[in-house]
Amino acid sequence: MADFDTRIDYYPTHELNGIKYRRGHVLPFGATIVPNGVNFSIYSSAATSCTLVLFKKNAPQPFIEIPFPNEFIIGNVYAMIVFDLDLENLEYGYRMDGPYEPEKGHRFNKEIVLSDPYAKALGGRDTWLAEPNWDRLYPFRSRLVFEDFDWEGDSPLDTPIEDLVIYEMHVRSFTIHPSSDVKYKGTFAGLKEKIPYLLDLGVNCIELMPIYEFDEYEHSKTDPNTGELLVNYWGYSTLNFFAPKSGYAATGKYGMQVDELKTLIKELHRNGIEVMLDVVFNHTAEGDHRGPTISFKGIDNKTYYMLTPEGYYYNFSGTGNTLNCNNPIVRNMVLDCLRYWAAEYHIDGFRFDLAAILGRSQDGSPLSNPPLIESLAYDPVLAKCKLIAEAWDAGGLYQVGAFPAYGRWAEWNGKYRDTIRKFLKGDVGLVGELSQRVQGSPDMYQLRGTTAGVNFITCHDGFTLYDLVSYNEKHNDANGENNCDGNNDNYSWNCGCEGETDNQDIKNLRTRQIKNALAILMVSQGVPMLLMGDEMARTQFGNNNTYCHDNELNWLNWELKNQNAEIFNFARHIIHFRKNHAALRMKDHFQNRDYKQTGFPDISFHGTQAWNADWSESSRIFAFMLDGGHAKNGTANDDTIYVAMNMYWEALPFELPKLSAGKKWYVAVNTAMQPPFDFHALNEEPMVENQNSFTLGERSVIILIGK
Amino acid sequence: MSFSVKSEIKENVAIVTMAGDLDSSTAPQLHEEIKKVVQENPKELVLCVEELNFMASAGMRVIIFAKQKLGSAASLILVKPQEQVHETLRMTGLLHSITIVDKYPE
Repeated sequence: MADFDTRIDYYPTHELNGIKYRRGHVLPFGATIVPNGVNFSIYSSAATSCTLVLFKKNAPQPFIEIPFPNEFIIGNVYAMIVFDLDLENLEYGYRMDGPYEPEKGHRFNKEIVLSDPYAKALGGRDTWLAEPNWDRLYPFRSRLVFEDFDWEGDSPLDTPIEDLVIYEMHVRSFTIHPSSDVKYKGTFAGLKEKIPYLLDLGVNCIELMPIYEFDEYEHSKTDPNTGELLVNYWGYSTLNFFAPKSGYAATGKYGMQVDELKTLIKELHRNGIEVMLDVVFNHTAEGDHRGPTISFKGIDNKTYYMLTPEGYYYNFSGTGNTLNCNNPIVRNMVLDCLRYWAAEYHIDGFRFDLAAILGRSQDGSPLSNPPLIESLAYDPVLAKCKLIAEAWDAGGLYQVGAFPAYGRWAEWNGKYRDTIRKFLKGDVGLVGELSQRVQGSPDMYQLRGTTAGVNFITCHDGFTLYDLVSYNEKHNDANGENNCDGNNDNYSWNCGCEGETDNQDIKNLRTRQIKNALAILMVSQGVPMLLMGDEMARTQFGNNNTYCHDNELNWLNWELKNQNAEIFNFARHIIHFRKNHAALRMKDHFQNRDYKQTGFPDISFHGTQAWNADWSESSRIFAFMLDGGHAKNGTANDDTIYVAMNMYWEALPFELPKLSAGKKWYVAVNTAMQPPFDFHALNEEPMVENQNSFTLGERSVIILIGK
Repeated sequence: MSFSVKSEIKENVAIVTMAGDLDSSTAPQLHEEIKKVVQENPKELVLCVEELNFMASAGMRVIIFAKQKLGSAASLILVKPQEQVHETLRMTGLLHSITIVDKYPE
């Protein structure tokens, strides 16, 4: 036995029913394995007493309850080391006693066993949608996690953010469909089997929709029309911020979800793919005053939640409660959590759901210098993680372009999405704004550079790309809310018929519009994000808010890859095109001048006449040229790239800018053409016949290379 | 649940044979056995698991423990794991550092 087994500071001083324990360490919070025992530490600002409750795994009743003696309490922290526990077979929780005075913010109830906010794994939803025992004492049970994973030298990739192509995905949806052809469908292990697909597509970062443990049964109900069970499918409702979703692991039922997730991350890194997590720090699964008491509410309600003066829950998240992120205690928990994921899971970045909430003070008002957002920006552990804000909330705070960035934060560029959508469907008056968006929105991010914006046209919220060109209106009846849920401002156009059609002209136009969208996204400065399945024209049949469906509305049908091979091939090409051309991946904004003395400005704007863009109100055309000598702000060399967009309903001739002597224009992309002429692989681009003019088909995009 | 484990050491090779279910209630037995054999610094640790029906997290942790105790110079060999055991090791990333064979000696 090792020497430390006999050290005096790990000697038990107390005993209850044969269980030995002693005073613990106040830090770190949570349950930590120490020599011969486990250190338990938890805090509450208002509890009057606390009891540690220990269960054997899945046992109906605890095997012991140990009240914290007064001498184990330092400040508001309760700390205890318990010896000789069977670590593999242990579940723990706490009872907190204190006042039940909701008007003062207190909701203590010592009858309830509470899960630890710092638990590293949570039992109770071990297998996806397995029917739980609804009567069980303590449904969501804190468990221990071992830190013995072999990372084999792995570390986060630290890819420059301007070089990322982000793929937003849902772990279960990606492989649960029978067509996925993986062994462990809907799991981390299944995702791992699809790494070759991600490499082929060309994405180098996956952003996982929530993988913190959540309750898929939360607010579940039966659809009265279909009899189908509607569930909390997306998981934007956290039970515990440190525990991975067990139901997303094929080995979750054996308690190995942590190992399976780490194995996935290690393998993704080995293939050059970063992992970003969509994290939901704006609310929890405990709902409002009618919701269940699972953890935070019973431990320190007033600390963890923003409360009205009457003791009810502020609802800036639209989901019942609001996490009190700028309380220093909660702020530290968020920091501890993200540090844990960065250090123990090698996560490369985080996307913060409804991040504007993180900038609200404890009474809900927006702060000019929000401490949490600042702390995250300057944190030494998170120093190389990408931090991306969804810079709005459900309480009406919209900060796109104005999110407090501290030189670090990026944000989902909602204005990019809206501008591109409107331009695509032929709206007028947009060319000026469009030019800003494809340049990386210098009007919004003048001092922050192009990488402040994550460009996207679609994301999990709203229409898929196929639905964007197939539906004018949302069709959300299947959600059981009388089509009242989901966004009404979709800026979508169905191309002539609402939904599915046999009309070949409409189908062709939709295909072309999808290609137009993908092309514009991948030639825009900033960080592009593609929604899972858009590369193969996934449909949600017009449903723009599929949060509750564990069915084909969300599942990726892999047969679409063959059915829509034309779109897949194009998407794959345009992603690789971006990766092959450094001029598309600037970090700093264009200067609109020739600072490298190449004879051309870094970017120039054109129309049907070269050097003369049509900025007029009625314009539906736009062209720009990137000088390859200014690629990566003059630090790399690339071909000249000319992009022209014609969203007018007739073909138009575009005069081409003259290249320097000896160079010629070649066609890389022309969405007006059918395969195999819609794109051409690197170094196989055909020369443009007429070097002075190119006729763009109706509603189409071309990309030319000058070399 | 039934579980049995026995071990022998021959010419610097430790052979541990187990049968039954390896979970949190039975893993300590394997843990003790592993502790015993690695004291002899074997150059190979062979786990005969053909009769092992099931492995949970606790069992996997013992295999990680064995790997750590052996060090990188010695090899860990698993003989004919059943599907659940094999797949669990695969999904949790352990297969990288283990050699799987159909019989030992080959």
